[in-house]
Amino acid sequence: MMQREKTFGFSTRALHAGTPPDPATGARAAPIYQTAAFVFDSTEQAAELFALRGYGHIYSRISNPTVAAFEERMASLEGGLGAVACSSGLAAQLCAVLSLAAAGDGLVCAQGVYGGTVTQFGVTLKRMGIETTFVAIEDLDAVRAAIGPATKLLFCETVGNPSGVLADLSSLAEIAHERGIPLVVDNTFATPYLLRPIEHGADIVVHSATKFINGHGTAIGGVIVEAGTFPWDSPRFPLLSQPSPGYHGKVFAETFGEYAFLMRARTEVLRDIGAQMSPMDAWLALIGLETLPLRMERHVENARVVAEFLAARPEVAWVRAPQLGSVFTFGLRGGRAAGAAFIDALELWSHLANVGDAKSLVIHPASTTHSQLSDDEMRKAGVEPESVRLSVGLEDVDDLLWDLDNALRAADAA
Amino acid sequence: MILSTPAQLRALLDATRTIAMVGASANSLRPSYTVFSYLRTATPYDVTPINPTLSELDGVAAYPSLAAYAAGRGAPDLVDVFRKPSELLAVVDDAIAAGAKAIWFQYGVVNPQAIARADAAGLNVVVDRCIKVEHARIRGGLSTAGLNSGVITSRRTPPRGAG
Repeated sequence: MMQREKTFGFSTRALHAGTPPDPATGARAAPIYQTAAFVFDSTEQAAELFALRGYGHIYSRISNPTVAAFEERMASLEGGLGAVACSSGLAAQLCAVLSLAAAGDGLVCAQGVYGGTVTQFGVTLKRMGIETTFVAIEDLDAVRAAIGPATKLLFCETVGNPSGVLADLSSLAEIAHERGIPLVVDNTFATPYLLRPIEHGADIVVHSATKFINGHGTAIGGVIVEAGTFPWDSPRFPLLSQPSPGYHGKVFAETFGEYAFLMRARTEVLRDIGAQMSPMDAWLALIGLETLPLRMERHVENARVVAEFLAARPEVAWVRAPQLGSVFTFGLRGGRAAGAAFIDALELWSHLANVGDAKSLVIHPASTTHSQLSDDEMRKAGVEPESVRLSVGLEDVDDLLWDLDNALRAADAA
Repeated sequence: MILSTPAQLRALLDATRTIAMVGASANSLRPSYTVFSYLRTATPYDVTPINPTLSELDGVAAYPSLAAYAAGRGAPDLVDVFRKPSELLAVVDDAIAAGAKAIWFQYGVVNPQAIARADAAGLNVVVDRCIKVEHARIRGGLSTAGLNSGVITSRRTPPRGAG
């Protein structure tokens, strides 16, 4: 009997996508394939795999069944064609950029992105000959003007970290496409549960999987998801549209069509930079994704209550309440010293450099995550000396407010 | 009938045993060679190249035309087409004459008149898709590459290579 077609919902896919019962054993939970390599059926099958004609695993630096399950689940949740997992969010970003750009090329990136992205693009990639122009993405004319003939992609975050600025993705996608380049969006803070950039015109989505995807602060990871709709056969992208010396003259756009970007990202860039995700870390991220919808509901609700509580306090100068997600900043009237006293007085909130854990987290960006930026760069990134960044977790919200209340009193006394 | 849903494509691939590939190339960089080699080595299909310039491809005897294939091998279950859109009306006529049950037009191999003619003749028709991708979607190949197969199931499927 022919079954009726059903498009499954987000929560169902968060549990099932990428993980049918293990074909080899019937295991219902995704097995952790902790192996470096995979035997070939025959020399002929091995040759087919190396020539990228057959499907199968060769070596876990290129692909692994547990990692592939995570990749497919992420692709499903973001509404993409496929995904490539990496060892961290910064590795995913690097892999995405190197799949499209080489020395002599340029990037256009939003101001106010994560400090690690500013240094990766502005320092490390610059040393490798890839020039990044940072622009205020609220100024669409400036974005348009910044895209030159050598620009290979436009990069932004859904929600600026820690500026909290929401990107106008559909306008940015329109500008990028007018100029013949893809829009690449870091969706770490929103997660696909709250916002799916591909539905707003983005071509490539990157994540730090360390944050809400893993959800429990147990592993570092990253992932690239691609929509599969960008015309990669363009002369603007010779890495995809011209014969590749890394694959015996294969033209990725011709051989793989819509899969060209994903195939090059995995089989040339990930293969050559060696920044793959481990099976154990992929498994932790898979388990995390199963509860992503439930966790995000609670993250958002707790963040709303905490932001309202802070806004009503006399010790608080300002609150940049989250427009999306549960990471936001606020400023204490007492400036930098009050910020430090506040953090030192907290009992329940963890003082550390991460976000998106089930536990509530706090940090002072000026002395930590953004300390490598100059004062000017820091202000451009939306960070003031007195600002404190919160990542609101899943605790009983009354307990979070009790702790904040105590620390605000301590900061006021300091 | 034009087939497009996952269930329709799965039913077609399950019912197919013999495939005649029109336009199979011996150039290993061509998409048609990639698909031929995949069908030959990674699936149980009996795939045959149809190309007047080849006598064989990777040890599989080639036929110069669908008519020659039908004379030697009988009607193919499916004709997989890698030809220019302008040549597709003739390919459809040949497929009908050869008694094919289905015709599969690969990526970019699109001619509305040819599609309509094949459909009207009662063939199952697949348009602007890749038979390698659709087979890999069902049999788990796409999933091994981190690609979104769209397959959601709690039933156990056979291991790779089992058909």
